[in-house]
Amino acid sequence: MDYVIEMLDVSKKFGNFYANDHITLQLEKGEIHALLGENGAGKSTLMNVLFGLYQPDGGEIRVHGENVAITDPNVANDLGIGMVHQHFMLVENLTVTENIILGSEPTKGGIINIKDSAKKVAEISKMYGLDVDPYAKIMDISVGMQQRVEILKTLYRGADILILDEPTASLTPQEIEELMSIMRKLVAEGKSIIIITHKLGEIMKVSDKVTVIRKGKGIGTVITKETNPEELATLMVGRQVTFKTEKGPSYPTEEILKVEDLFVNDYRGIAKLKGLNLSVRRGEIVGIAGIDGNGQSELIEAITGLAKVKSGKIIINNEDVTNKKPRKITETGIGHIPQDRHKHGLILDFSVAYNTALQSYYHEPLSKGGIMNYKMVNDKAEELIKEFDVRTQGTHEMARALSGGNQQKLIIGREVMRNPDLLIAALPTRGLDVGAIEFIHRRLIEQRDSGKAVLLITFELDEVMNVSDRIAVIYDGAIVGTVLPQETTEQALGLMMAGHSKDVAEKEVLAPDKDGDERHVE
Amino acid sequence: MNVMSNRMINILVPAISIILGLIVGAIVMLISGYNPVVGYTALWNGIFGDTYAIGETIRQISPYILAGLAVAFAFRTGLFNIGVEGQLIVGWFAAAYVGMAFDLPKIIHLPFALIAAAAAGALWGLVPGILKATLKVHEVIVTIMMNYIALHVVNALIKTLSGGGFKLERIKESASLRSEFLSNLTDYSTLHYGIFVALAMVVVMWFILEKTKTGFELKSVGFNENAAKYAGMSSNKNIVLAMVISGAFAGLGGAMEALGTFGNMSSMGGFTGIGFDGIAVALLGANMPLGVIFGATLFGSLKYGANNMPNEAGIPVEIVSIIIALVIFFVACGYIIRVGLIKLNNKKKEAK
Repeated sequence: MDYVIEMLDVSKKFGNFYANDHITLQLEKGEIHALLGENGAGKSTLMNVLFGLYQPDGGEIRVHGENVAITDPNVANDLGIGMVHQHFMLVENLTVTENIILGSEPTKGGIINIKDSAKKVAEISKMYGLDVDPYAKIMDISVGMQQRVEILKTLYRGADILILDEPTASLTPQEIEELMSIMRKLVAEGKSIIIITHKLGEIMKVSDKVTVIRKGKGIGTVITKETNPEELATLMVGRQVTFKTEKGPSYPTEEILKVEDLFVNDYRGIAKLKGLNLSVRRGEIVGIAGIDGNGQSELIEAITGLAKVKSGKIIINNEDVTNKKPRKITETGIGHIPQDRHKHGLILDFSVAYNTALQSYYHEPLSKGGIMNYKMVNDKAEELIKEFDVRTQGTHEMARALSGGNQQKLIIGREVMRNPDLLIAALPTRGLDVGAIEFIHRRLIEQRDSGKAVLLITFELDEVMNVSDRIAVIYDGAIVGTVLPQETTEQALGLMMAGHSKDVAEKEVLAPDKDGDERHVE
Repeated sequence: MNVMSNRMINILVPAISIILGLIVGAIVMLISGYNPVVGYTALWNGIFGDTYAIGETIRQISPYILAGLAVAFAFRTGLFNIGVEGQLIVGWFAAAYVGMAFDLPKIIHLPFALIAAAAAGALWGLVPGILKATLKVHEVIVTIMMNYIALHVVNALIKTLSGGGFKLERIKESASLRSEFLSNLTDYSTLHYGIFVALAMVVVMWFILEKTKTGFELKSVGFNENAAKYAGMSSNKNIVLAMVISGAFAGLGGAMEALGTFGNMSSMGGFTGIGFDGIAVALLGANMPLGVIFGATLFGSLKYGANNMPNEAGIPVEIVSIIIALVIFFVACGYIIRVGLIKLNNKKKEAK
């Protein structure tokens, strides 16, 4: 067979720990090959080996049948391997073309020749249907388009083997669809793609083959057509996984959170929340569905006291907490799982134990008379680790060393163990694998069942449909409608997320059924 | 061969760094036509040659410890205090003034003078702290400017207080850190009790950072201001507090000179350099309290011991400065040596 990439028995060790333990991956020409594994399974390590960022400790790498030593990313580029990282590496205030030629600027007599480059960018963009404006500034374009710029960058440099690291993590459902059709176009033109992911639905939709790795070991390669999500999940996690979140009916009681006519500006003075109203009661999970950037961050920051409210009211437990200090608001009984766990959720250079104390260090028994009781901090941390199944080498390990899923479990444990009346969970499962997602959903539902209120903010449609008891759709700084998950469809939600009112959305979705034809709403 | 433990590596790294620095220093001496053996013998004698030298070396280390603590403490809260020099100068002045102007029993006078020095340093740290917290003015700029203000204000005050002279009166015996006992022990060196004050402050810094609630907050703000805010900590309060405590350490460093080494204060033509060296001391010590002792010992020994090199070996002061800089340079590059050692270690492990 004609393999463009062969990684045979590749191993990579960090200290005594095998991040990759004799893994084999073979990529055919014109193939979309998914690399599936839980967080911390070693997917990124393997791809970093292929891209020359790490040197393997064993095994062989062949490109087009020839043994190669990929000593650094430049070698990888020369071999036609391009990588699109999960976190984009773009300069915000440069244009698309400027970003693409950065590092290898074509010059004419010492002057950068931007025109020819822009032309070439436009050509490639057209060829693969990327729809990128060569002169747009990065900061003005959407996340989905930024990703296409990253893809364009690798193509511009002549890559015919593309590695996409978690490409859908920050995309909206529509953008994911677009990305998939671009991927298909790329392979039709003879490119080959490796996609790193743990989203089974996407794998089933777009890939030809799947290589599964678990805890650094290669589990095997399967043909997508011959498998199903259940089998893949079992291969990945090593045990049976339930997909449908199991939950009973909700019995909401009194109101915990009331947001009235809320207006919030961002730091540039641009209105981000424009008269938002919301209510969350004990015993229910309210999901906020919406496309990123419609005011979700500002809503959370306003509720938690991190952003200034311009007008309107936020009432928690019958107490007006509008523009109160964060700690004061926390004390009224809210827990908060922030959307960016590295920026807000954790202090990565602190130990696991210190991180568990971040929200309660100033209370007895963790401190008394200004003196910390670190033994108590440690005991509490041990308790939390056990209770929330945080996999760590111990309470003294740095938070940085934990995998994403375990970092998230640590944060959730910290917030839940404070027993808050209202738990705000912002993108709680972002970037996590099915095992961890299942765990976190179960915890949110447990909170609800014990009579607490949960406010869930997410960009994932299946998450908002599966977990919430009530869905409030946010668009352009206001709630455009509230629906019950059992009475709506993903299509109707999608339309509301694009700004249509509830009535219009429901009509649109129901209409084709009446006519009997299969019209898809996208 | 044995595989080295981490602990072993931690001890080996600075040792190898110093040796490498000395080797390159020897080459510099050779090129300039001096005998490195004679040169280093002079350096050794200058540091450890006799009890007198040892006494003077330890005396020199005390202000370095305090300057190093000041920089390290601010660093741990994410602040770069370049103003240690100025804080030290105002501390020196405050201690010298209280020492000469009051007549009190020793048990009150000495602590009073020390506290005055700490307070003056703290005040000099407070200004950049407040500007940073409220107006987001970068502390580096403010602290640098505060150094000049300190220098010239103190010189003006000395002139006024001494009626147009260049020197304050000597401090009263009741405010002195001088110790007949320590002095006798070290062959009449100027070694004074200041070293105990410095070591006590090492414990204080460790206690604040590792034991108190405030320390937990300071470190949180230092590592991740966003997460600290999210957890309801006031980063503004902690920034001001860190600068005040840092300044107090620096002020005490000035008190070492006022109440111990010199017993007075003369108007200054330029900076003492101790405050700036404190930056290197803190970095050498990885901003840890114990590490600061190590960094200060290295600095203090080299600075004092090197004085002997021109006298005993005839090596010009310029070359001596280059050698000191080389040693410090190699210690600061310890990371490279650490990586080298770890690689060597791994090879050994594999060979096993």
